[in-house]
Amino acid sequence: MKTIYLDNNATTAVAPEVRDAMLPYLTELYGNPSSMHTFGGQVGRAVEDAREKMAALLGAQPEEILFTSCGSESDNTAIWSALQTQPEKRRIITTRVEHPAILNVCQYWERQGYHVTYLGVDGKGRLDLDEYAEALSEDTALVSIMMANNEVGNIYPVQRMAEMAREKGVLFHTDAVQAVGKVPFRLSETAIDMLSLSGHKLHAPKGIGVLYIRKGVRFRPFLRGGHQERGRRAGTENVPYIIGMGEAARLAAENMEAERRDVARLRDRLESGLLKAVPDCMVNGDVENRLPNTSNIAFKNVEGEAILLMLDRLGICASSGSACTSGSLEPSHVLRAMGVPFNYAHGSVRLSLSRYTTEEEVDFVIAHMPDVIKTLRDLSPFKD
Amino acid sequence: MWNYTDAVHDHFLHPHNAGRLDDANAIGEVGSLACGDALKLYLKISDNNIIEKAGFETFGCASAIASSSVLTDMIIGKSVDEALKITNKDIAEALGGLPKEKMHCSVMGQEALEAAIRQWKGEPPVPHAHEEGKLICKCFGVTDAQIIRAIRENGLKTIEEVTNYTKAGGACGDCKDQIAEILAAELKQQPLTELKPRPRLTNVQRMKLIMKTIDEDIRPQLEADGGSIELVDVDGKRVIVSLGGRCAQCRASAVTLHDLVQRLLREHVEPDLIVEEA
Repeated sequence: MKTIYLDNNATTAVAPEVRDAMLPYLTELYGNPSSMHTFGGQVGRAVEDAREKMAALLGAQPEEILFTSCGSESDNTAIWSALQTQPEKRRIITTRVEHPAILNVCQYWERQGYHVTYLGVDGKGRLDLDEYAEALSEDTALVSIMMANNEVGNIYPVQRMAEMAREKGVLFHTDAVQAVGKVPFRLSETAIDMLSLSGHKLHAPKGIGVLYIRKGVRFRPFLRGGHQERGRRAGTENVPYIIGMGEAARLAAENMEAERRDVARLRDRLESGLLKAVPDCMVNGDVENRLPNTSNIAFKNVEGEAILLMLDRLGICASSGSACTSGSLEPSHVLRAMGVPFNYAHGSVRLSLSRYTTEEEVDFVIAHMPDVIKTLRDLSPFKD
Repeated sequence: MWNYTDAVHDHFLHPHNAGRLDDANAIGEVGSLACGDALKLYLKISDNNIIEKAGFETFGCASAIASSSVLTDMIIGKSVDEALKITNKDIAEALGGLPKEKMHCSVMGQEALEAAIRQWKGEPPVPHAHEEGKLICKCFGVTDAQIIRAIRENGLKTIEEVTNYTKAGGACGDCKDQIAEILAAELKQQPLTELKPRPRLTNVQRMKLIMKTIDEDIRPQLEADGGSIELVDVDGKRVIVSLGGRCAQCRASAVTLHDLVQRLLREHVEPDLIVEEA
């Protein structure tokens, strides 16, 4: 059975080019970039080359790029650093729809005595800039707002929000794990102070992340020890993965425009095909401002985990915001924050595409979804 | 990904006795859309009290559908009295076990069966089987009677297990203290109070909160008795106040200080504050 992978917001396939770029550093080029000898030194140069590629993708300077182990480490570091360098400021602003890598960290600092404002969203998952402006105060240590939401794909106006923060002298961090490579921006032209991203959402392997820190922003390391990463993150560099990350950044920069067009076209084909083929379903999120690869569809009166298991039998990989899939008893915090009605929230399925998704795969899903939904609806006591 | 047994997969993908039963003479309904799962069980019970046919309609995850399906297999051919002996544990075992987070699906099956038989016996309609007992979990509509039963039949020992079996406490979590009390009573031991770390206050925050508590909670009470209070200083965890008005002459001022001022400050600010008179 062929695997149809439509869960790219969870993780992506490692690009063959990335794998090929990494291989020498898993075999003959095993030197330590900090070593004085040529054998290690050549590895150090490759790491700097990867840093430059990442900087080019983000529109930043290479020295503003810090390699980390994952998006969560980048997020933890950004928040830690902002709070440690400004002990007099006791407030954090974030949103109710952030990834747990931000939400749970903010809740931790809340227990340590910080005041955290969680901005709400409307029915389409959009933020209210007036609410944000009101929350912004000079004793705010950090604003952390995602560039794009992982579940529904909404893109948030972080550039505008970062400017508003700067006017008040407040640091601005964005978790751009889902956005990098899909949303064009040049950090040098924005007021964003810190940005987190993760390799494995970008066709690099799991285990590598980046934190961008604008030059001039005060920084306090999260991981102390050796002098690596110019003293900002201890630990011998994860060389093969850094090289892979650099190649993934190069590919993302090269393909971004085509992907935004082609992947969006396939996504729209999938979405409109499903909306037409299956009665009683709707799109969750803000279709006007959305990642090109994401579609979150709510099927009325069916339960998401049951849908996923039936799709799994067909080789289709997707994910759901239903209670049952998460191991919790409630639908996802994002859908609840949006106020999606229960009869839809439990039946929400996220389909996320990539540059490797084909039209044939999309058509296969459109062809089989109606049967899956009908089978489950026939079983259900709720018929209307 | 859930680690479901082959039996769960099988019953989910090829459910037995699915669909409504047009000649049913007993129907039991539990759960709701909001809860994320619901089961409507149909039974055809003969004149000599044998369950001749069963059917079901289920909204929910794979384990909810599988639990419903295997339940119908288990009860067809049984007498009503025999069927009533089936516990949620039996349902889970018939499926080769369920992930612990999914045990509530088996409980749903048992409750639907009971609800259907109650209806057939002409007992008061129990639309969601939640009529008896005191409501504990408001999010999922779970009563103390349901929690006690799950504890007894499954030998539950922790709040987490109660949530896995009944869903109680699985959303806002406000009822966890009550669940702990029920568990303690059942296990005949002291309730294990969950340690909730309070946010650590900065000196400024502590001071502000002390001032607010004195202004809003303490002074109005003292003034009602003709007394007054002023905050003199806060030194770490020591709060120094001066009592005035009638309190100053009152011989019970030490009592006021301890029982009212210190108690309220500890309650509203920090539990280890010490109040002293200037």
